[in-house]
Amino acid sequence: MGEFLQTLFVGLRLGSVYALIALGYTMVYGIVRLINFAHGDFIMVGGYTLIFTVPLMTAAGMPAWLAVVIAIAVCALVGVLVELIAYRPVRRKGTNMTALITAVAMSLFLENLAQAIPAIGPNPIIAGQFFASGGFRVAGVTLDYITTYTIVVSAVVMLLLYVFTQKTKMGRAMRCVSEDKSAAILMGISVNKTVLSTFAIGSGLSAIAALMYVAQYPKVYTTMGSLLGLKAFVAAVAGGIGIVPGAMLGGVVIGLVESFTTSYINSSLTDTFVFLILIIVLLIKPAGILGKNVGEKV
Amino acid sequence: MSEELRPILETRGLGISFGGLKAVQDFNLRLYPGELAGLIGPNGAGKTTVFNLLTGVYVPTEGSVMLDGEVLNGKKTHQFVAAGVARTFQNIRLFRQMSVIDNVKAAFAKDIKYRMGAALFRTPAYWRAEAAMEQRALDLLDIFNLKEYAGALASSLPYGQQRKLEIARALATDMKVLLLDEPAAGMNPTETAELVECIGIVRERFGIAILLIEHDMSLVMKLCERITVLDYGQTIAEGGPEEIASNPRVITAYLGESDGEEDASHA
Repeated sequence: MGEFLQTLFVGLRLGSVYALIALGYTMVYGIVRLINFAHGDFIMVGGYTLIFTVPLMTAAGMPAWLAVVIAIAVCALVGVLVELIAYRPVRRKGTNMTALITAVAMSLFLENLAQAIPAIGPNPIIAGQFFASGGFRVAGVTLDYITTYTIVVSAVVMLLLYVFTQKTKMGRAMRCVSEDKSAAILMGISVNKTVLSTFAIGSGLSAIAALMYVAQYPKVYTTMGSLLGLKAFVAAVAGGIGIVPGAMLGGVVIGLVESFTTSYINSSLTDTFVFLILIIVLLIKPAGILGKNVGEKV
Repeated sequence: MSEELRPILETRGLGISFGGLKAVQDFNLRLYPGELAGLIGPNGAGKTTVFNLLTGVYVPTEGSVMLDGEVLNGKKTHQFVAAGVARTFQNIRLFRQMSVIDNVKAAFAKDIKYRMGAALFRTPAYWRAEAAMEQRALDLLDIFNLKEYAGALASSLPYGQQRKLEIARALATDMKVLLLDEPAAGMNPTETAELVECIGIVRERFGIAILLIEHDMSLVMKLCERITVLDYGQTIAEGGPEEIASNPRVITAYLGESDGEEDASHA
């Protein structure tokens, strides 16, 4: 029982991080029908921003984790720049395929650009501690602070995001653009502004994911976003790409699969099971767990 | 010239060619405030092309479009919307996954102003703006007897109600001219009667100029004060309903040459 609960909490912690990242994939896909392969690398951007800004925070007498505010701003800026410089011009001129290749290119570009920066370089940098170590005991298991914070913060962020999409002007605009772009234009909604906001929010979420991930695994390196991004993408697809609650659910499912495989089967099989789950989900429900199987909109 | 006499929407020599084909040529229209004009013509006559020219979807190759004295040709769709042009679609295009009231609220986009910060931190400015918008949306829905469906998904409404919602949503964009693209298409007589009532409300309560594309001749004859008839992209007649109904060129366009072959008719 103790091991089960422990595994469950670890799964939820991993899943919360995947969900935060998956939201970025799904929001961008929902609005411009693009798989932003560079999204995983925004986590790396967030990771390094944390590394470099934590000393500033501690020097100012503030808790280390507050550096996430700067990381959110930097990630949002990078997301917006990638959209403005790379995706928007390509989307205007090319096809979906050109945009997709551009996304892959942006991913490699960000990774290599990071490596070229002298302060970063090819070797991993070890991050300091963000949260107090230790934990508290619940139901016979020790729940550490990082796990608790990760789950609670992600849940709050996702709740806020849900309220944002349902109850605000920009959230409504996002839903409109996602459903019917030309009708949205006729409602006086600025599509460009809406798309930029989506990129900013999606990328900003990856900074929060970066904080939670680095707090647990304190190593930052230029390709850290690749596999993490890929698994979050799997989560987004499994949940139903383009659907916000789907990304949340998909993230948690992938996290749980990973932690239960590690605990009960074999830790070297975790990634195998993650992708196996994706294949099974897509065979049963091609549009994802929460997706509706509808024909392509004309 | 007094204010009332200035057309709200005016086109002069408007035309567009696709390759060598002149889809619409020398289209002249004057729509006055509060007026309801019709645009009719056989299939493929260029009616929808005219709508696309009037909403900035196509850029005219000749002539000009003016809204309230402002020259709009060459501008983008969102600038047409900002200037005050709204339209509905032949195949209804609501935001189907959104609630009825959210569809209307979405259309307030251009005049509801609060900053993103206000939305994130739920400042009083946010609540005031949202509450005012909620009230305006409900008032608008009430006018069209849609208030009871406010929370329902737009796609769950019956067809006739969806059309009314589309018109209510267009009104929410705070426009000066409403373009209706075959609003009665696919409607049964009861729904059509409701639509006529709905269009009446738009005119009486909002004093908005309407341009109506319609296939249903009887509807156009009943509703419109002035009718323009297009055929092969050219205006072949213009005038009141009776004038149009008895115009030989119109009858020919709709029914084909009396001595013509079957395939000569393109109605």
